[in-house]
Amino acid sequence: MLKIKDLSVSVHGKTIIEGLNLEVNEGEVHAIMGPNGSGKSTLASVIAGRELFTVESGEITYLGQNLFDMPAEERAREGIFMGFQYPVEIPGVSIANFMRTALNEKRKHLGLEPLTGAEFLKLMEEKKKMVDIHSKLTNRAVNEGFSGGEKKKNEIFQMALLEPRLAILDETDSGLDIDALKVVANGVNKLKREDNATIVITHYQRLLDYIVPDFVHVLYDGRIIKSGPKELAMELEEKGYDWIKQEM
Amino acid sequence: MDTVQTTILQDRLLELYQQEQEAIRGKATPFVNRLRKHALARFREKGFPDTSQENWRFTDLTPLLNTEFVFDFSNQSRHMDVDKIFTCDVYDLDTFSITLLNGWFVYKHAPLTQLPDGTIIGSLAKAMEVYPELVDRYYGKTVKMETNSLAALNTAFMQDGLFIYVPEGVKVEKPIQLINIVNTEYPVFLQPRHLIIAENKSELTLVHCDHSLTHNISFTNTVMETYAGEEAKVSHYKIQNKGRNSALVTNNFFHQEASGKLYSNIITLNGGFTKNILDVTIAGTGCRSEHYGLYLVDSNQHVDNQLYIDHREHSCYSNQLYKGILDDEATAVFSGKVMVQRHSQQTEAHQNNHNILLTDEARANTQPHLEIYADDVKCSHGATVGQLDPEAMFYMRSRGLCERSARQLMMIAFAGEVVSEINIDALRERIQHMVEKRLKGELSICDQCMLHCNSKEPTTFNIDPGKL
Repeated sequence: MLKIKDLSVSVHGKTIIEGLNLEVNEGEVHAIMGPNGSGKSTLASVIAGRELFTVESGEITYLGQNLFDMPAEERAREGIFMGFQYPVEIPGVSIANFMRTALNEKRKHLGLEPLTGAEFLKLMEEKKKMVDIHSKLTNRAVNEGFSGGEKKKNEIFQMALLEPRLAILDETDSGLDIDALKVVANGVNKLKREDNATIVITHYQRLLDYIVPDFVHVLYDGRIIKSGPKELAMELEEKGYDWIKQEM
Repeated sequence: MDTVQTTILQDRLLELYQQEQEAIRGKATPFVNRLRKHALARFREKGFPDTSQENWRFTDLTPLLNTEFVFDFSNQSRHMDVDKIFTCDVYDLDTFSITLLNGWFVYKHAPLTQLPDGTIIGSLAKAMEVYPELVDRYYGKTVKMETNSLAALNTAFMQDGLFIYVPEGVKVEKPIQLINIVNTEYPVFLQPRHLIIAENKSELTLVHCDHSLTHNISFTNTVMETYAGEEAKVSHYKIQNKGRNSALVTNNFFHQEASGKLYSNIITLNGGFTKNILDVTIAGTGCRSEHYGLYLVDSNQHVDNQLYIDHREHSCYSNQLYKGILDDEATAVFSGKVMVQRHSQQTEAHQNNHNILLTDEARANTQPHLEIYADDVKCSHGATVGQLDPEAMFYMRSRGLCERSARQLMMIAFAGEVVSEINIDALRERIQHMVEKRLKGELSICDQCMLHCNSKEPTTFNIDPGKL
């Protein structure tokens, strides 16, 4: 589904990712772990299509298409979803209005009829139930005045509505209490299907108690220096990143 | 600055006044006519405002005054079927509707109506004939001619306009809608005058719409005096959707007595040149005074909102929130001043002005200003001039929205903060619709006009979110 080959990325002339390779297939959950500044968030942003970064070399193909030919909105409509580490506040724009516009632009792209207001409301209620969001969050402006936990739950809710093929969750667990963490993990698990894939970017092993990855990758200094099964995460937690550095 | 041209028009007006005195005076009351002389002297002394004055620093009238205006002081108030030339876009709003055409009252039934509850609505010219004592008691009391030479000019030349009298304790159920239309074949200089009287414990909602049905040059210098008695509730909505060649200066003077509630909301959707002066005197304790404004301008449109809230008594609340979106080379000015007098303790006053600039060429000058002489007050002010948040833009794009939709959603939300303050449901929905149309580039100034003149002027102005 996603193939990253020899990717190098810089921002303002500073290299952040250097020669990164990664392959994600349908039905897989990948965890990317690594210390601060290792390039985790940059990788997520580059896949999502943020223009801030310069791709120096390498390629990314998504479902056989060159990702770099697609602007961010087209990637989203083709099924890429990024859960933000710091979801942005959009004053005055209600979540319902935002999501309805997003969903209908996606449907238009796929050649489907737009959802009517009633159809959308029904779908929204279904998805709220599915990801255990009972609050009136959806009537409020996007992320405005939300707590950290509410913001992350909102990300998962948006993910549920948009039903991505490839979801990248950028440190979705940071700053969450255990209950919010469970809601987030639950959502991800429920949304898992045979034909979609998830990349979970995290700093700690904690989230991986709830979301079980098929592969764990360690990102260090802009490249993946170690990959392994889920046990690698536990080993990392125990021994810390220095252990890997020493191994290198 | 071209002082020669403004002096030419000033001299011409002074000359015209001498020549046309009889027509101008018409059947106005002796008091109103006496006030003209005083007003004319003020105008002779001060002339038109220029950019050397603080309140006009960023708004230059000079180019607009450099026009060969045609003056006609004959009484043009008459019976006509207004619906044939114009229908208001706020169609589902049940109002008592009144129309001024080129500053003169035009009517379907009668120039002046007295409702069963004693409320009087109609032509000011007619009211001066029928209720001279009532007019004299309030006319010229709240206008400030010493500091505002345009208000003085209007006071000298005024002939007709809207007159409303709401007796004590009467709640006027239906909003009164004033539709101000300019439609001429030659450049005109109009000076309508409105007098609104809301006695103690009365309630009144006025919806004031300004339109032009002509692409000819027009300059409208309006004065509105509103007197709100004790515990009176007065709401004033103003919707401006005018052509590129129209200049509109509205001098709004409000006087608030104790425990009154005053509300205003000025929505400028289009207009070549628009200046709104809002001058509020809070003369009693326990008042609430809320003032909102929204301006959406593009091409080379210019809008200036100048507010002055004078807290003369203690324990009053005032709030100003003005927001604007500017595209192309449009310019906007906000100058809001709150004056808290020495003994006006326990005053709470807030003022905020926020602007979004869509291009590098658009310009917003904002000057929130507090002048406080009391020590036990709660006051705040804030102003921002910025662009749409690029982080929010990326966030929305990452969910599949194109840039255009993302911008529209954000702009509609930005404007929504002012629109949501409209307290009449039908009006709010209608304005929301008009604002959305405006921000999508679909609102024409010709929408409501029935003349279908096949204008060469582009029918839709376009705040284009696609080009940022």
